[in-house]
Amino acid sequence: MTDFDHPHDPAVARYRTMRLSRRFEETVHEQFDAGNVPGPLHLSIGQEAVAAGVCSDLRTTDVVTSTHRGHHHCLAKGAAPDRMMAELLGRTAGYSRGRGGSMHVAVPSIGLLGTNGIVGGGIPIATGAAYGIQVQQRDDVAICFFGEGAAATGGFGEALNMASLWRLPLVFVCENNQYVEMTPQSLHVAGQIWRRGEGYDVPGVRIDGNDVDEVAAAAAEAVRRAREGGGPTLIEAVTFRWFGHYAGDKAAFRSEEEVEAGRAGDPLVVARARLAEADAGAADASAEAEIQAALAFALATPITGPDVLALDHYSPVTA
Amino acid sequence: MNTTTTETKSLKLWQGVNQAFVEEMDRDERVVLVGEDVGRPGGPYGVTRGLLDRFGPDRVRDTPISETTILGLGVGAAAVGLRPVVEIMFFDFAMLAMDQIVNQAAKYRYFSGESMPLVVHTMCGAGGPNGAQHSQNFEAWYCAVPGLNVVMPSNAADAKGLLKAAIRDDDPTLVIQTLGLLTARRDVTMGEDVLVPLGVADVRRSGTDVTVVAIGRLVDRALAAAAQLEEEDGVSVEVIDPRTLAPLDRDTIAASIRRTGRLVVAQEATAPFSFASEVCAIAVEDCLAELQAPPIRVTSPFVNVPTPVPLAEARAPGVDAVVAAVRTTLESR
Repeated sequence: MTDFDHPHDPAVARYRTMRLSRRFEETVHEQFDAGNVPGPLHLSIGQEAVAAGVCSDLRTTDVVTSTHRGHHHCLAKGAAPDRMMAELLGRTAGYSRGRGGSMHVAVPSIGLLGTNGIVGGGIPIATGAAYGIQVQQRDDVAICFFGEGAAATGGFGEALNMASLWRLPLVFVCENNQYVEMTPQSLHVAGQIWRRGEGYDVPGVRIDGNDVDEVAAAAAEAVRRAREGGGPTLIEAVTFRWFGHYAGDKAAFRSEEEVEAGRAGDPLVVARARLAEADAGAADASAEAEIQAALAFALATPITGPDVLALDHYSPVTA
Repeated sequence: MNTTTTETKSLKLWQGVNQAFVEEMDRDERVVLVGEDVGRPGGPYGVTRGLLDRFGPDRVRDTPISETTILGLGVGAAAVGLRPVVEIMFFDFAMLAMDQIVNQAAKYRYFSGESMPLVVHTMCGAGGPNGAQHSQNFEAWYCAVPGLNVVMPSNAADAKGLLKAAIRDDDPTLVIQTLGLLTARRDVTMGEDVLVPLGVADVRRSGTDVTVVAIGRLVDRALAAAAQLEEEDGVSVEVIDPRTLAPLDRDTIAASIRRTGRLVVAQEATAPFSFASEVCAIAVEDCLAELQAPPIRVTSPFVNVPTPVPLAEARAPGVDAVVAAVRTTLESR
């Protein structure tokens, strides 16, 4: 018997993770349109291969920092779809009791240090996590997901410098989805991001972020280096953001043709074509069932009320 | 380690801080210190002297000049199980790290339900020829952020005991030392477990006529003013040093104001939207029926800090300013 929820074949497992993420976001997008999501929603649809490829071989004790567009990172790192769904739907069973929403999901117990409402905010934190791992002499790694927009923040340069200087177990994963919020990257990005490590002696590689196998291979090499004390790597994974900056954004900054061309590289289609139909179909069905269960779970739990506003600001114990 | 001793030693404030680091790093290997010049140079004022040799470069790490990521080191390291102290050389430089303090560290428990045992250790105020970008007092800004503790010691004993308590606390805590006090001496009770609990004010002098709430550099000046007023005017002044600004020991302050009916608040910071303003609000909200005079704020004027020391000292409120304020508040009947 095959365990469809936890496939043994890594390629099938990665595909299932991507499908899970795709269906999670499609479902939460529908809930958004139905008025059931009391917060903003930044969809990563089209970018699933980056998260699934990078996280496929990570341990629970490896850590990741994510972004404002990070549902796929969370799910790939092992966040439970039901509690994620509850969080986005403003329900008490959410990871932050339904108070945080999409940009504030942090589950340290599975190494998910948080999505982030501040573009670039996770880069210094991932650097610190890698430093902490180094001090504790663990062979875990920190993965820093960020977009090409965050590559313009000062913290990126600071982190490249520190990570190289100290050979931190850190992998920088720039998920280049072509658009910086509501602006094409031609107005934001100079040169080539994957080469920005050169002056810091951080090796860089540019890969097809829509090819989950290519992502997994590049990540495996970078993670291996990091675990062995070889220091950081910068991966630029080029992908495409299917939707606007946020759910509801008409994305007037780009043409239909541009979107059509971008969507043609659907990472799920790419990955599925390499699998046996039976495996792919089983993964699709298993992911679908998990998402439907997650939605049912979320809708069945209470909408968060003001009674929890004051919780979780200070430690319960004081001297 | 003998923790029951009552032996005291006269220490300069910076020595108390140094001892706190040594004791806490000895006690708990999760405690690490990162920042500019903390290692080999021992800090610009010697505060971290000897720590690198004792604890090694993993736990005492000199960083590049990258405040955002220095703070990130603390947030990330705390998230994976360390108890980091992040040194920000001058409080002014925390501007470059504010995202990590306010948007990241202070929100971590709220988002995740987990601890963020991070200490940001820094130094504020005039006291050297440092000028308008190395002398500022921004403590009130951070007190306005839910999830942060803010500590401001006024002497060697509190500097040591509060820093130790902050390191053991599970929430992000900003420990703000005062440059003008670094070499001031006070008797410090020795012992690894001699802590000063966060959130507890210290009534430094009991009195019945006027309450003076003072912080940082103004505590000693308020005590000197109280002594002068007793001698010259026969006035009994109570001097309270809150020591922790957030969470503030509101009860101790309000109880004193209710007894005396008169309030002076003294600080090195400028007045608008400051700690002094907050204490005045407490007086009005909690003690209006007992107030016999309008509260008075004794602060630096709303101007930048000049570089020459005599000018900087002229800007900061002195003993005379506290004396004058107490006399003014006593004129109201």
